[in-house]
Amino acid sequence: MYGKGLKPLSIATVVAFAVGFSLVFFYAPLDADQGFIQKIFYLHVPLASTALIGFVVGGIFAILHLRTDNNKWDAYSYVAIHISVIFGVGVLITGAIWAKASWGHWWVWDEPTLVSFLIVFLLYCTYYPLRYAIEDRDRQARYASVFAITAGAFVPLNFMAVRAAESLVHPRTFGTVEGGMPGDMWLTFLVCFAGIALLWVTLVSFELTAKRTSGQLSRLRRALDDGGHGGGPGVARRIAPSGAGSR
Amino acid sequence: MPALPLDEAGKYVAAAYVVFVVLLVVYIGIMAAKLSRISREIEEIAELAEQRRAEEQEPEPEEVRS
Repeated sequence: MYGKGLKPLSIATVVAFAVGFSLVFFYAPLDADQGFIQKIFYLHVPLASTALIGFVVGGIFAILHLRTDNNKWDAYSYVAIHISVIFGVGVLITGAIWAKASWGHWWVWDEPTLVSFLIVFLLYCTYYPLRYAIEDRDRQARYASVFAITAGAFVPLNFMAVRAAESLVHPRTFGTVEGGMPGDMWLTFLVCFAGIALLWVTLVSFELTAKRTSGQLSRLRRALDDGGHGGGPGVARRIAPSGAGSR
Repeated sequence: MPALPLDEAGKYVAAAYVVFVVLLVVYIGIMAAKLSRISREIEEIAELAEQRRAEEQEPEPEEVRS
């Protein structure tokens, strides 16, 4: 049954968000350095982490697609990347707002963390034209999978390269020599991260359900067409809206 | 840069969270439009299937003798 588990997932997401945002504004202490503006961290960093992990997960699904030749994994890969790109938009906007408030500029070009995320984001933006430039569905799926694997491998490499960079303009919250975040900030962060990760899983599940339903509808329409009376285009095709059922 | 005062920082924090909510609402709106299209298509196909069944069950018209 399609959409199975979507309801408990949605409820878990809403609960995690409610708890997480309550902790952000009523429990987590104010940052000694940045003050209230640091509250953006609890949204921006989980969004960025989830988007990057999502890109890697998209690559793993793509590997499964190439290994098994099952188009289900291609759909999983596509949806994982799609939702991660949407999260990426959120990362860039919330990051720009945080940068303006903290550094006085919307964007800082000599900051490796920002520029590397932008490169990853733009790389994944090219996934769509690449995918839809190919008409044959099997070739489309294979090429998209190769892209997803290559780009997915680039994400952790890129992350490590940025970590190795010497710039300390971007705040390093985890594992700094000063001891990193206090426990209550960690707890708040983890709950917010869980909420955003759950949101990602819910949206992926939601989109996959919609895609499967749409695909089944196309199958049903084709079956009705095949069982149609006589020749001609078939009644179902005549009533079908153009482009329906396409990916 | 020194930490912004609460009244000024509050605007930025609110903006970041509002952007997130707006993004989510836009996505849900797009998905709702897709689902309503699917629902419409299901209705059309159900109608078509019923029409076809009715046609199949309809008795052959009797020949008129002259």
